[in-house]
Amino acid sequence: MQRQLANMKQSLFDQGYLDEQFIQLEELQDDTNPNFVEEVVTLYYRDSVRLIQNIEHALDKNPLDFAKLDSHMHQFKGSSSSIGARKVKIECTQFREYCRAGNGEGCKRTFQQVKKEYATLKKKLEAYFQFARQAGPVEKACRPK
Amino acid sequence: MAVDEMGGDCSSSGAQELHVLAVDDSLVDRKVIERLLKISCCKVTAVESGSRALQYLGLDGERSSVEFDELKVNLIMTDYSMPGMTGFELLKKIKGSSRLREIPVVIMSSENVLARIDRCLEEGAEEFLVKPVKLSDVERLRDFILRGEDKNKTEITRKRKTCDDSFFATLGIFTIIPQM
Repeated sequence: MQRQLANMKQSLFDQGYLDEQFIQLEELQDDTNPNFVEEVVTLYYRDSVRLIQNIEHALDKNPLDFAKLDSHMHQFKGSSSSIGARKVKIECTQFREYCRAGNGEGCKRTFQQVKKEYATLKKKLEAYFQFARQAGPVEKACRPK
Repeated sequence: MAVDEMGGDCSSSGAQELHVLAVDDSLVDRKVIERLLKISCCKVTAVESGSRALQYLGLDGERSSVEFDELKVNLIMTDYSMPGMTGFELLKKIKGSSRLREIPVVIMSSENVLARIDRCLEEGAEEFLVKPVKLSDVERLRDFILRGEDKNKTEITRKRKTCDDSFFATLGIFTIIPQM
């Protein structure tokens, strides 16, 4: 089961959903904090609901306030980056570029992508953590003492 | 906002524990920086804004200096982009305070903008870290700060030792010369 879990994780990296930062977080996990990564990711989901809603509301305004949109997305990009959400981060970056160009259509289009990538990642990570719990305590990544 | 306890393997050799004040409006980032600091054997107080940080540091005039001394902060790590007061504005306020200006301040930002970095360093920031912050960044910072703290503590001892050394060195010269 451990091997399946490792394969699951590897494919998340191979398919580009996660980056190095996720590994950095895993290295912060130990016996005293065995669920650290899942805790951080859970906080991320909670935060993301709020941030995505903010962006949605801002995109409904007419005319669009690009500075505000950029600011909201900066926050969302930041927390996505902090958990290693690579594809989400890429879409966030694209969104911010459209903000800076004052391209409302581009923003709206890209935002759909942002939400799509976020939903996909969330689903995959939920499956991963659920499987991890079933697989039992795992040998944690070695952290230099 | 409570000061948390240290992590598992930090009890070695009675090494001094730094107290770090972490400032970040992101819930996710606060959790991560807190963990990074605890693993690096630092006491952490994490707050979500510049104004809360100033409150904690007693710069809003409400806390007595006696209270402040007990919770001495050795390092402040602050995010740059925060609503209300930015990390840069917080930096300026800290460096503008005669009581607090000696505390090293580190700015963290996801945006690697040279002009921003320069501005922060010019204003007195110790360092500018690009997010996401890594464990190696924190450990390096901690070692740097600890060396600074040690230096302060041993300054008096060093001065005394230098005097002793000079004395014995002088004696040494008198013994060596005859052998030549």
